[in-house]
Amino acid sequence: MLTFECPCCGAHADETELHAGGEAHIKRFGPGASDDDFEGYLFTRENPKGVHFERWRHVNGCGKWFHAARCTMTMEVFGTYPAQTFQPPKDLLDKITEKRPGWSWRDLS
Amino acid sequence: MSQLHGIVTVAHTSTYAFECITPETDEPDSSPMKRYSAFAIAREAFSGHKNWDRAWRKAQPKKRYDVVIVGAGGHGLATAYYLGKNFGITNVAVIEKGWLGGGNTGRNTTIIRSNYLQDPSAAIYEKARSLYETMSQDLNYNVMFSPRGVMMLAQTEHEVRGYLRTAHANALQGVETRFITPREVKEIVPIINLAGPRYPVLGALWQERAGSARHDAVAWGYARACSAMGIDIIQQCAVTGVLQEAGRVTGVQTTKGDISCEKLGIVVAGHSGDLANMAGFRLPLESVPLQALVSEPIKPIMNCVVMANTVHGYMSQSDKGEMVIGGGTDGYNGFTQRGSFHHVEETVRALIETFPMLSRLKMLRQWGGIVDVTGDRSPILSKTPLEGCFINSGWGTGGFKAIPGSGWGFAELMAKGHSPLTEEFSMSRFREGKFIDESVAAGVAH
Repeated sequence: MLTFECPCCGAHADETELHAGGEAHIKRFGPGASDDDFEGYLFTRENPKGVHFERWRHVNGCGKWFHAARCTMTMEVFGTYPAQTFQPPKDLLDKITEKRPGWSWRDLS
Repeated sequence: MSQLHGIVTVAHTSTYAFECITPETDEPDSSPMKRYSAFAIAREAFSGHKNWDRAWRKAQPKKRYDVVIVGAGGHGLATAYYLGKNFGITNVAVIEKGWLGGGNTGRNTTIIRSNYLQDPSAAIYEKARSLYETMSQDLNYNVMFSPRGVMMLAQTEHEVRGYLRTAHANALQGVETRFITPREVKEIVPIINLAGPRYPVLGALWQERAGSARHDAVAWGYARACSAMGIDIIQQCAVTGVLQEAGRVTGVQTTKGDISCEKLGIVVAGHSGDLANMAGFRLPLESVPLQALVSEPIKPIMNCVVMANTVHGYMSQSDKGEMVIGGGTDGYNGFTQRGSFHHVEETVRALIETFPMLSRLKMLRQWGGIVDVTGDRSPILSKTPLEGCFINSGWGTGGFKAIPGSGWGFAELMAKGHSPLTEEFSMSRFREGKFIDESVAAGVAH
């Protein structure tokens, strides 16, 4: 069963308590964004086999959005962190590197 | 033979496929393929059915092909078949990292229909459905096409309006469907509970010549017909890189060595993102597990396919007697080929309201396939930024029904650089805002 620790309220929430919100850290360029950037923002998505960063909402709990790092092959959750950030915390990245040497995601690795 | 699926049949598929790739000798079999017929059965009976030819040749990769197709599922094999049959291009290899038909082709709920709202969808799905009608004869392989009828229940007023609109659109598109009353629904499906409680059946969109087929046989039939034309099917050969020179594809790196090619077709469903990465472009799609389950086998109780999109479940009965139930997709990316457990409960709970007799059945097996879903829930059959490289992906939760039409159109696109069937399914449609919005038909259930 897929469970996450909500970084807002600290609850260990099962996926039925949560709502998946898709890819994390998607950046909207602009105003005056190029067609490439706007298309990327709207439609192009990372679709990794392995380490993935996502947004989740603790919808049947505290109601807050948060971020999570998860492996799409094994469903292992590496960790969660608050939504109010542009990138994952360093200690989480180190932890992922320890477990999945050589991983990369967008410009992170 | 059942027209089903699932773990048991997939296991059977693998045995069958492995037999074909581990013959006693590595010498390619060059004798012409013998036709399957009643006479052939009688002839082979004399030697105790021990001397049937292999359904397709074992092939080792050559150094160079005109066309390389990555992925020997239904869509990849159909593409290769129509390249040979319609365009005379037979210097083709179909490369498969696992075994032929072992991905979503062997994991779907085998539903065939073409009652789509938008013109481009109706065109390609109806082309596919019409090719299914004569596929067994065309391929000389019994794919057990069973046009038993597909019924899409309308269980809210909005759905009634939506399906009436679809029925009108289908009439204009030349797709034979009609909207039927609850009384007709009950006549066709006596086990249904029309009254609700939450969602009474208010009518249904009925396509009489839709139905199902034996999914493995579709892959095997295409493979056999491809092989007979001289097309190489190379199993257990994973692509590890895409070779390119000056923005043009020149070949693929594989676990069986480099293979050069003029044109490359990527037809790998859930793994499209991976292959696109190797080729150096990005795709507007995400891969999620979609699951299905089957009950214990029971006597015949339902002779059509019923889809209930509001409560989200769809069901048919296999020739073995199992109730085949399609469930939901996970809400997040995954490659687990199993799916979330709670979806099983949601699906079954919903279907029991409409089919109370299901509550007495035991469910036997559950499995998942990795489906690649685009932003508008319609597929991508397209040229790519890499010249000579084409992609056929994004069939999402409903690719099986499209196999022959997809192969037909994609082969034309690869051979001629243009196909009326695939024109609207270009990957540039997202940038242009020309979506093929089938969220009613494709976003919910297939």
